[in-house]
Order: sequence, then structure tokens, then C-alpha cells
Amino acid sequence: MSQALTRRTILKTAAIGAAAATFSCRTAAQTPPKVVVVGGGFGGATCARELKRRGLAVTLVEASAVYTACPFSNAVLAGLRPIEAQQFKLDAVEKAGVDIVQKMATGVDPQTRRVALEDGSSLDYDRLVLSPGVDIRFDALPGYDEAAAAIMPHAWKAGEQTLLLRRQLEAMDDGGTFVMAAPGNPFRCPPGPYERASLIAHYLKTHKPRSKLLILDAKDSFSKQRLFQAAWQDFYPNMIEWVSLSTGGKVIEVDAKTKTLVTDFGRHTGDVVNVIPPQRAGRIAQVAGAADRSGWCPIDPVTFESRLQPNIHVIGDASIAGGMPKSAFSANAQGKVCAAAIASLLRGEGPTEPKLINTCYSLVAPDYGISVAGVYSPRNGVLTDVEGAGGTSPVNAPPSFRAQEAVYAEAWFQTTTSEVYG
Amino acid sequence: MGRGRLASALTLGSMMSMAVTMMAEAVPAAAQGVAPPGATACSGCHGPVAPGAAVAPLHGRPSEEIVAAMQDFRTGQRPATVMDRIAKGFTDEETRAIASWLSQQP
Repeated sequence: MSQALTRRTILKTAAIGAAAATFSCRTAAQTPPKVVVVGGGFGGATCARELKRRGLAVTLVEASAVYTACPFSNAVLAGLRPIEAQQFKLDAVEKAGVDIVQKMATGVDPQTRRVALEDGSSLDYDRLVLSPGVDIRFDALPGYDEAAAAIMPHAWKAGEQTLLLRRQLEAMDDGGTFVMAAPGNPFRCPPGPYERASLIAHYLKTHKPRSKLLILDAKDSFSKQRLFQAAWQDFYPNMIEWVSLSTGGKVIEVDAKTKTLVTDFGRHTGDVVNVIPPQRAGRIAQVAGAADRSGWCPIDPVTFESRLQPNIHVIGDASIAGGMPKSAFSANAQGKVCAAAIASLLRGEGPTEPKLINTCYSLVAPDYGISVAGVYSPRNGVLTDVEGAGGTSPVNAPPSFRAQEAVYAEAWFQTTTSEVYG
Repeated sequence: MGRGRLASALTLGSMMSMAVTMMAEAVPAAAQGVAPPGATACSGCHGPVAPGAAVAPLHGRPSEEIVAAMQDFRTGQRPATVMDRIAKGFTDEETRAIASWLSQQP
């Protein structure tokens, strides 16, 4: 009896197994794995090209026809560079074989592995990469909403906001005051506010030398601080004033009508006011359930797969990448590592433990560059600085060294944008 | 009966693994070999060969040359702005693997 049953069971199971195998084979032959990437910035465009280079079918979803890059946008503010030098199209990415869908991604269903688009259509995926950058938090600083941003620009997403702040600076009288509110950590481009202050001071020194620049900061220290402050003393003495958190620098409220920033210690009114508000991961990451309560996305440091949603990877500014700063260089490096990991996972192999590099240049003046670099590897589940490596440019260096770093800064921008968009 | 269950489990298991293998074959391997850890980050600054490039191109350069440069950056024998800080993040073994991969890139 048991023998007969057994034989029947074997036959039945084998039949199911064969059917399953046949089905899988047909599925595999007709529909190779699909990867969808959301976001055409440095992270997303890099990752999409790299996935394609590895032979995968990739769709890149990006709502904008033109991408305006943030690195060097501070030079646009200072009148040192046209905005066009910051703008890139996805034509070359498409030519490389990536399918471009120029629509807004509005939703993600991690269960059915489907991305919803603004027009009601959808895209299925086996693996999804989110590289949405940051969203400005218009709910974090009382008084600072989208209407206020039209009066006191953030200019922390390059484009119209950059041009608006530029026009305001141009219209400011000599002897005016430029006030900036700098956010607490973490935020996009940690040295960015201080590079911005430097290059605006350069513009003021050149064109409106009686003007002042005040930075109200929600932090007590910042990236490349010693280098910036030493250079400010040399280049812009008595022009830049930095107020730290502990000396009352944190802006707690703003009044757009009077261009006033309020701290616990007083009110500061400027002729031109730049509010760099708190940020969080781009909206699609929140919608997908990939962001935690901090507003950013926890990830596995080997694959950049979300800790919250399987089959969804998060790279670039939106991710919590441990020691790696939110920079274009980081996003580019992460895009490549993430693509390699996805290719391995789809082949059924374990991904290799990666090592990543970041290098961020800042300009203090047109021919004066400084940098911070780091090398990172996963340790205890977090991307961690490799000890003994990285750090900032030396504090004592001759002008030739600073000039060389300014050249390398521009060279980095040209090389990386041609790798991603060229 | 026990043996029967085992046999059917094996049959199903092997068929499933066959399906996984077939699925995996739909994903081609990388064209120019697998990049060792850290290697893909170099092209952020070191671009393709171009006239007047401010940063030295690395693709296709002899492996020994890259290894020697990295060692000299690490010890400070070769002056640098940023490569001294980056070279210190890689062991000899890692550097050799990266150099070998870079030398094979078109």
C-alpha cells in the first residue's frame, strides 16, 4: 500500500516539479530580469548605464528632460559659470541602451514589484533602484514653505532656485547683508553651505565690497572647517561671520515677508536671505516605505538593498551610507557598486564585499580649491571609513597646491559628467 | 515511504535548482572581467585618454606602473594632493588587483 502511494507521490511531485521547471524556463527565456531605476541624477544615471553594460534590461524613470547638476552650482550663484554648464540630457544614456521613461514615478508596490507612474501606467521590476536625491522639508522650519522659498530661496536643488538667488544677489546694493541659514546634519553636500559663502563673498568682494555675509548655523562644526575659516581670514577678512549652534546660530523660525530669520537669541534681517532647510530622502523613497523615521533610507552596505523593503535598492543622497557623505562622487561610486551587486544577485551569486571612495572638492575662490576624501568598506553592517585613509587637504599648503586642487575640481566635474551623461 | 519522500524532495530540489540556473543564464556576466573592490570608483576622476587631461587616465596603463605609483603615494615619496589620502585606504593585495583590472580596461 505504502509502496503504491509512494510511487504515486513521486510521479505527482515530479510532474509538478517538471511543470514548474518548464514554466521557469519559459519565463527565463522570454522575459529576462527587469531592473527599473528611478532618478536620473549622478546615482541613478550611473547605475542604469552600469546595469546595461552588464547586459541587463534597464528602464530609467526621470520626470525632467534636463538634469541640472548641483556640484559647481555655487559658482553659478557667484557669476563665475553659466547655468548651462550644469545642465545635462539623458540622450547618451538612452543611446547606451537604457530605456528612458520621462514621467514622474508616483508609487511603488513592493509586493507586486510594480512602479506606478503619473499617467496611470506602471512598470514591473525584479529589482528596483531608487536614486531620488533629497526633498526639501517644507514642514520642518516654521514659516518656511514653498511660497517662502520664492522669497528666500534655498537653491539646494540646482535650477530655477539657483537663478533666483543669483538675481537677488545681483540686485542687492553695495553695503547690503546676505544671510544664510545652514542646516543640522545630515544633509546634501556637507561642505556646500561654506563653499557657497566663500564664492558669494568672492562676488561681493569684487562687485559690492562694503557688503556683509552672515551664516546662522544649526551645527557647532562643519566639513573642512579649519580650511574654510583660514581661507576666509586670508581672502574675505571681516566680511564673513559664522554663528555656531552654541552661540545662538540655529534658526527656529522664518518670516518671509520681512526676510527675517529667528533664533533663540534674536532676529536677523537680510537684504538677500538664503535658507538651506532640513531635508529628507526624495518622495518616492518615502512612498515605497524605504525611508525610516529619520526620513532617510537604511541600506545593506554590500548591495545597497533597503533594510526595509526587499528587492529595492537605494543609492545616493537618499541612502544612509554610514561614513559616506551625500555627494555626487558618492552617488556615482554607489551606482556602480549597486549595479554590480544587482547583476550578481540576479545571477544567483553572492555579491562581493565592496570598497568605495569619495572625493569632494570645494572652491574658496576661483583658483583656490580644497578637498575631503575617504575610503569606505562595510563594517558591522555600516559603510565605515577605512582607518588611516582619507581626510582633508593639508592646512598649511602653498597657493600652488590650492590652485592645483581647483584644477582637479573642474577636471573631476568634466570627467564624471561625461562618464554619466556623455 | 521515508525514502520516497526523500527521493521526491531531491527530484523537486534538483529541478528547482535547474530552473534557477536557467534563470541565471539570462543574466550575462560582465564584459571585461569582474571589477575588484574599489576599482570602479577610480573613473570618477580618472577619465579616458584625452588630450590635455588634468588627471592621468588609468585604463590600459601597465599594472606595475599603477602599483608603484600607489605605493609611492602611500609612503609620501610621490607628491600628491589627494591620492596620498586615498592610497592609504588600500592594502598591497587590493592595489594589485585594482591595477591588474585597470590595465585590462579598454
